[in-house]
Amino acid sequence: MTKEGWEPNIIGFLCNWCSYAGADLAGTSRMEYPPNIKIIRVPCSGRVNPLFVLKCLMNGADGVLISGCHIGDCHYSEGNFHARRRFAVLKRFLEYLGLDPRRFQMSWVSASEGDKWSKLIKELVEEIKTAGPNEVTGDD
Amino acid sequence: MKIGVFVCHCGTNIAGTVDVEKVAKAASGLANVKYSTTYKYMCSSPGQALIWDVIKEKALDRVVVCACSPGLHEKTFRKCLEDAGVNPYLIEIANIREHCSWVHRDMEQATRKAIAIVKLAVAKVSRDKPLEKTYISIEKKVLIIGGGIAGIQSAIDIAFAKYPVVIVEREPSIGGKMAQFDKTFPTLDCAACILTPKMVTVSQSKYVTIHTCSEIEEVSGHVGNFTVKIRKKARSVDLKKCAGCGACWNKCPAKTASQFDMKLGKRTAIYVPFPQAVPNAPVIDRGNCLYFKTKKCGICQKVCPFGAIDYDMQDEIIEEKFGAIIVATGFTQFDHSVYGEYGYGKYKDVITGLHFERMVNSSGPTGGKVLRPSDGKEAKDVVFIQCVGSRDEQKGVSYCSRVCCMYTAKHALLLKEHNKDAQAYVFYIDIRAAGKNYEEFVKNVQDKHGAVYLRGRVSRVFEKGGKLIVRGADTLSGAQIEIQADLVVLAAGLVAQPDAAKLAQTMHIPYDKNNLFTEAHPKLAPAETITSGVFLAGACQSPKDIPDTVATASAAAAKVLGLLVQDKLEREPLIAKVDRILCSGCKACYEACPFHAIEMKEIEDRQLKRKRTVAEVLEGVCTGCGNCTAVCRMSAIDLEGFSNRQIMEQLGEI
Repeated sequence: MTKEGWEPNIIGFLCNWCSYAGADLAGTSRMEYPPNIKIIRVPCSGRVNPLFVLKCLMNGADGVLISGCHIGDCHYSEGNFHARRRFAVLKRFLEYLGLDPRRFQMSWVSASEGDKWSKLIKELVEEIKTAGPNEVTGDD
Repeated sequence: MKIGVFVCHCGTNIAGTVDVEKVAKAASGLANVKYSTTYKYMCSSPGQALIWDVIKEKALDRVVVCACSPGLHEKTFRKCLEDAGVNPYLIEIANIREHCSWVHRDMEQATRKAIAIVKLAVAKVSRDKPLEKTYISIEKKVLIIGGGIAGIQSAIDIAFAKYPVVIVEREPSIGGKMAQFDKTFPTLDCAACILTPKMVTVSQSKYVTIHTCSEIEEVSGHVGNFTVKIRKKARSVDLKKCAGCGACWNKCPAKTASQFDMKLGKRTAIYVPFPQAVPNAPVIDRGNCLYFKTKKCGICQKVCPFGAIDYDMQDEIIEEKFGAIIVATGFTQFDHSVYGEYGYGKYKDVITGLHFERMVNSSGPTGGKVLRPSDGKEAKDVVFIQCVGSRDEQKGVSYCSRVCCMYTAKHALLLKEHNKDAQAYVFYIDIRAAGKNYEEFVKNVQDKHGAVYLRGRVSRVFEKGGKLIVRGADTLSGAQIEIQADLVVLAAGLVAQPDAAKLAQTMHIPYDKNNLFTEAHPKLAPAETITSGVFLAGACQSPKDIPDTVATASAAAAKVLGLLVQDKLEREPLIAKVDRILCSGCKACYEACPFHAIEMKEIEDRQLKRKRTVAEVLEGVCTGCGNCTAVCRMSAIDLEGFSNRQIMEQLGEI
């Protein structure tokens, strides 16, 4: 079913303090990873509205990642708790909507985990590849 | 709308992997982009001059810089826009270095991704709004909670810079735990000799107000403008009239155990906790006072030559405004009663380190003699047990209390000083003597003062024939050991005050599982909390010895002074904003805000012709985390700089 030359299009919402800085560190350390992810900087993983995730998937994104500080290390002390709770619910809801839950993932990457970020993206791209293109919008 | 896109080569850092010319060309085809170009180093002076020139020449009103991570140069380029007469918040950074050229190798792929990143940035900038920095006024007065050595040191430093300070201390005197200590390691200065001059300095400073017998009732507001309610408990003695002559407590017939002397001595119901107390005035302990119990005494009132005794005095609530707050509430000794095997409470001759401090103090309850509380005989063989409560996740706390190794070594030395025939035995797990001249001090106690150090745990303490038998293991020799002791001293660890969590909740500052207050950053912001304007000093953050406590107290004072010296506080405008028309007053944002930056406010709705409640953001408190926006069911609250419109616009370009 995979189209010829198809590459996953993944959107990452990264909190400014941990994951965005972790992705910066991956860059500074020249840790290569596939170019399939586009990063949107947000102050906190708790800033991400569920609607943003839906909008990504409706606009044809093949995967959405939300990445924040490790639980307990949130720059705003509890924002990632809100995020974790909210998106655990959303993940179930996406399944209910008929969307492959693999398309929506969360991760906790600190500012010192450039290697974790790089590894995470490699694995995420592989996983979305097995999920195939997001055909929810119906266009081919 | 005229957007300019500036693509940086960053030497070869970007241009080596990304075809920057291609990126600039692609950008020029995007909606509202009027101009795009590349330059070798956009952050350099000529690079900034280029942006400035183009803004002027092409009348650009928005800018996208495609370069390194915004953490590095976002501020630089904001300044550049401001200088060119454009609102500094009408810029977006496309991070094509850390997130693109440095992590991808294939030029075609990297260029394609860079273009995609630029598209997102252009989409976002088209929804940027001009924002103005906000300024808030600062009340130039500081509240210090806790009048121990930490609070005193902070107060001295702030008063030296001529800013008014209010110390709130719940005990009848300032001085804290340090006032109870005998001598201090490793120099053996007497604690009172170095502390009391500082107590006098603060009490005499015209910039310092001290409220004793007082506690914090309520804190509201934010950095620069805290409103604090202080409960000043009835002292029953008028501080303005009292001269501290002592006539009252010399005649008081009611005696009770002195907490200051760890109940090893007695005090009267009207008392000063210790002779050098500041303020030098007594307080009536109403629970033990005969007048309050039976209404049949009143001797103190009769003998007072100044008419200072006031039995009808009531608690008083003082409301004051402060620009900054230092929390310096210190610690309390670990409740070692959970160690039943050590016999505390069962045997009178099992005491704690703080008891020992009072005992060896020449003005203490035993006049400086180490006596057995059970029979008053001089103690000869004394066993010290370290790590009582510390480093014990089962019964106590997981952390090391940092001071017990040193104070136990000091006790062993003082014991020998007070009684040449005495012998100290110390059971320890590890000796942690990290500090200037600390290791040398412990070594000296072992080598020159003959203290016997035994590495191991004590399994049991029990009484036999008037002696305490201490049974334990010496893990170095592998032998089981029994020592016949006259006295056992438990080196109880340092823990948070019993009501620390309650205070943290009142102050809106985080605390850890041990109820110790959490600093803003463990390494780089140890004196700050995440609540702007609230600072930490001393052992309320984690156990500290006196030198570290004083250092953090001065650090907190320096941070406070840096704040107070400003005329107005500049705040980034990237904060939440409520659309009152949409707000339904559901309080979801109020509940979600980690900073208590949202207040519910009643407003007059002219259209509905009735009052209704809406959320209002406290500009000084909001940190711009945006957690409120994600929970709002009406999309009434939004985050400037990361608004729903901005992000949705980006998502339209994925």
